Order: sequence, then C-alpha cells, then structure tokens
Amino acid sequence: MSYAYYPGCSLHSTAEEYDRSFRKVCSGLGIDLEEVTNWICCGSSPAHATSHLLSIALPMHNLAIVEKSGRDEVVVPCASCFSRFKFAQYEVGKDEELSRKVSEVVGSEAGKKVNVIHPLETLSGSGAIASSKVLKDLSFIKAVCYYGCLLTRPPEVTRFDSCEYPMSMDNILRSVGIETLEWSYKTECCGASLALTETSIVVKLVGDLLSEAKKVGANAVAVACPLCHANLDTRQAEAEASRGERFDIPIFYFTQLVGLALGFSEEELGLDRHIVNVEPHLSSLRGGV
Amino acid sequence: MRATNMSQIYIDYNPALSSFPLTLSRESGQDVNACFQCKKCAVGCPVAFAMDLTPTQIIHAARLGLENVVLNSRTIWLCASCQTCTTRCPQDVDIARVMDAARIIAMRRGVKPSVKSVRNFFNAAVMNIRRFGRMYELGLIMALKLKSGEFTKDMELGKQMFRKGKIKILPSFKGMRDTRRIYRAVRKKESR
Repeated sequence: MSYAYYPGCSLHSTAEEYDRSFRKVCSGLGIDLEEVTNWICCGSSPAHATSHLLSIALPMHNLAIVEKSGRDEVVVPCASCFSRFKFAQYEVGKDEELSRKVSEVVGSEAGKKVNVIHPLETLSGSGAIASSKVLKDLSFIKAVCYYGCLLTRPPEVTRFDSCEYPMSMDNILRSVGIETLEWSYKTECCGASLALTETSIVVKLVGDLLSEAKKVGANAVAVACPLCHANLDTRQAEAEASRGERFDIPIFYFTQLVGLALGFSEEELGLDRHIVNVEPHLSSLRGGV
Repeated sequence: MRATNMSQIYIDYNPALSSFPLTLSRESGQDVNACFQCKKCAVGCPVAFAMDLTPTQIIHAARLGLENVVLNSRTIWLCASCQTCTTRCPQDVDIARVMDAARIIAMRRGVKPSVKSVRNFFNAAVMNIRRFGRMYELGLIMALKLKSGEFTKDMELGKQMFRKGKIKILPSFKGMRDTRRIYRAVRKKESR
C-alpha cells in the first residue's frame, strides 16, 4: 500500500511522536507514506472562526497538491486537519458558488475527489494487522480509547465510524493484544484550544475524563489527536490538583501502542516525550517477552 | 443590554425591525428558525457550564433578532467547535457554524469581545499561519503573551515541554508564499 501523507503542523512539533510512531508502524506493515510536498496549515479552528472562505481554501489548496501529484488518497492523522479536509470537500460539494470562489482563490479546481483517510482507517479493514506481526505481549495494558470530537462528528461530513460510540481504535488495539475497556467518554470534548486561553475549562474537562478512565479501571488512555494528547498529558497535573485526585495515567497515541506491539523500541516511538512519565507503567514490558 | 441569564432580559420583540436573523443566516448558511427549542444542543454542550447563555438560548435570541445578546455573549467565544450540537440537532441546524458566523460578524463590526483571550488567540493564530505557512507554535504563544501580559502563565509547563523537545524553536517558512497568496485572494473576495 502507498498513500500521500499530510502530517500537519502539530505532527512536526508538539506531536512529533505521533508522526514518528505512525511512520514506524507503517514501515513495519509495509505501508508506504509519501509526504505532501510544500503542504501548508489547514487553518484549523482559527480559520473557521474568522473566515469561512479561508477555512475551506486552505485545505483545498493541500488537496489540490495531492491530486496534482497523481495521488487519490491522503492519510491525515491530526483530527483537526482531518476534520477541516473533510469539511472543505463537503462544503464545496454542496455549494457551487463557494466551490467556484475557492477554485479562484486556490488557483485550481483539483482536490475534490481525493479520498481523505485517517490512520485508524488505514489500519482497519483490509489494512488490519496480522497477528503474526505482533511481537510483544502487551496484555497488561488496559486502555480506554479516547476518540474526541472531530474524527466522528458530524457523521455526514467525516463519514467515519459511529459518532456516539466508535470502535475502530478499540478493534485495532485489541488486534495487537491490548485490552480496551468500555467507557462513556469516548467522544467527549477535551476543550481543544481553550487550553491556551481559558485554561480552567480544559482542566475541568480533562479531570472529568481522567477520573472516569480511572473509575473503569484503565491504566492507559489511547488517543488519535494531537490536541487531545496535549490536553490530557500536559494538563493532567493541574486536573489532579483541582480535583484532589491522583490520576498518574499515561496518554499514548494509539500508534505508539501498536508500535510497541510490533516490537519497536520506546525511543523509536517517542515515548520519552510525554509529560506524564510512561516509564514506570511500562516496566513490566521491559522484563517481559 | 447585558445578559447574564435569559430570564433577566427584557425582550422588545419586533423581528421585523431587525436585520440580524438575515445577516446571521447569510453568514452561516443556516436557518435558525428551524429550531424548536428541544435543548439537545444545550444538554450536550461540554462547555455550557462556563457559558452565560446556552447554545439553545443563543439560537433563540438570534431568532428574535436580539443581536446584542448574541454578539456580546461569552458563549460565542467559548464554543470549542466540538460539533456535538451540530451532530445532535434534530432540525439539522449547524449550530457550531452559527457560533462561527456570530464570531465573524462580531469581529467585522468591531464588537468588544466578552472573552478577549479567545478572540486574541484566533487573530494571532490566523496571522501566524499567514506569516509562516505552517503554524509556528512558539511564535503563537509569544504573541499571545504579549497581548495578555500573562508572561508567567504556564511557565513551568513550558519548561517541561521544552526539556522533552516538544517545542520547536524555529519556524518552517515552508509554504508561506502560498498562504500569503491565498489570504490576499480571500480578502479580495470578501471585501466585494
């Protein structure tokens, strides 16, 4: 398999370990990723909060690059980029006037037919991981899968898994021998970029999420979004302080957990880059298989 | 008219005198009149606890043409765009899009934002993307600190993230020609 790959801004900075671990997993499974040349930011929420046209034009510019390079599929790991790409195609698909304006702004009509997919999709279905690839026993991990907002909502736009109770990440982790638990916060919001502005809101939401994760007996949270990761990881200490409750629960990109199962080292997967130290939680791994 | 809760607002109801519902519908592409006040958006909203008006109340105020209530609310700035309301609305109103539209109208009219930090974040981030082509996170954080004057906020966390190599020092500048061209073209179209 071979895909165009749009990492997005976060995967080149704060979420570099998501990029690294996804690339490792793909190399282990024989999936070829070709990074989109000269990609630009998708605009994320600052664009759609300030100009509708801009918020559609930025993703369409990137999709046009993909189509012009002869690719018809692009993998987009960041949930926000994924959402903006999907929204852009959805909006130009139903609004001819907008579509015309966007083409004029971008200087191209290309990009509408490119299939935008998330890593959770590349590793599901026909891309499912063969059990023969699993080299490490990770059965001591009891994870809750946290999908967040934008992968599944709104469903007519993202066309991805169930919007109230998705299972794609659970199924992938279970396929590599990790136990995943039922919980009711799979698609709750972490507060996203409010972390930089109205931090107390994020601290409250993160506290609710982690408290519930603990309650169902999880010893790890698996995520598929850089902002979810940043909030659950970097705001965990503040959430603990505000609730007077100890969480000490490591937050993993699901690609890091898959990577561990496939036998990649903690360093190769960037596990040393998290604020909540994962080392003590993985000690049994080092002594294990 | 300042709203702290809906019951305190004297409603001078004459929608015929207000062009606001039409302005909002043009900007958002949404028909807020479809709302039948089921309150699913308010109940599902993760940030409602911090808002002055629930999303349902914002939509209701919009229908009544109470533009000051909508544009001066904290709600339109605190909305995290999580899409829960939009997903669950039985009347297919894209409420998150209405919130975006209200922010855009408020900024265009120079309405003093009730949550300045969020407005500053949007402006600084949009400028950051234009300037660098890709988001330069450290530059964005610095710009926000200059605006807010909160230089010590998150300092300890910042140091930790720096030690873990999570903060990239230099911007990339890749694609900045493209973002500048796109921004110029968008501005041209929007000023028409």
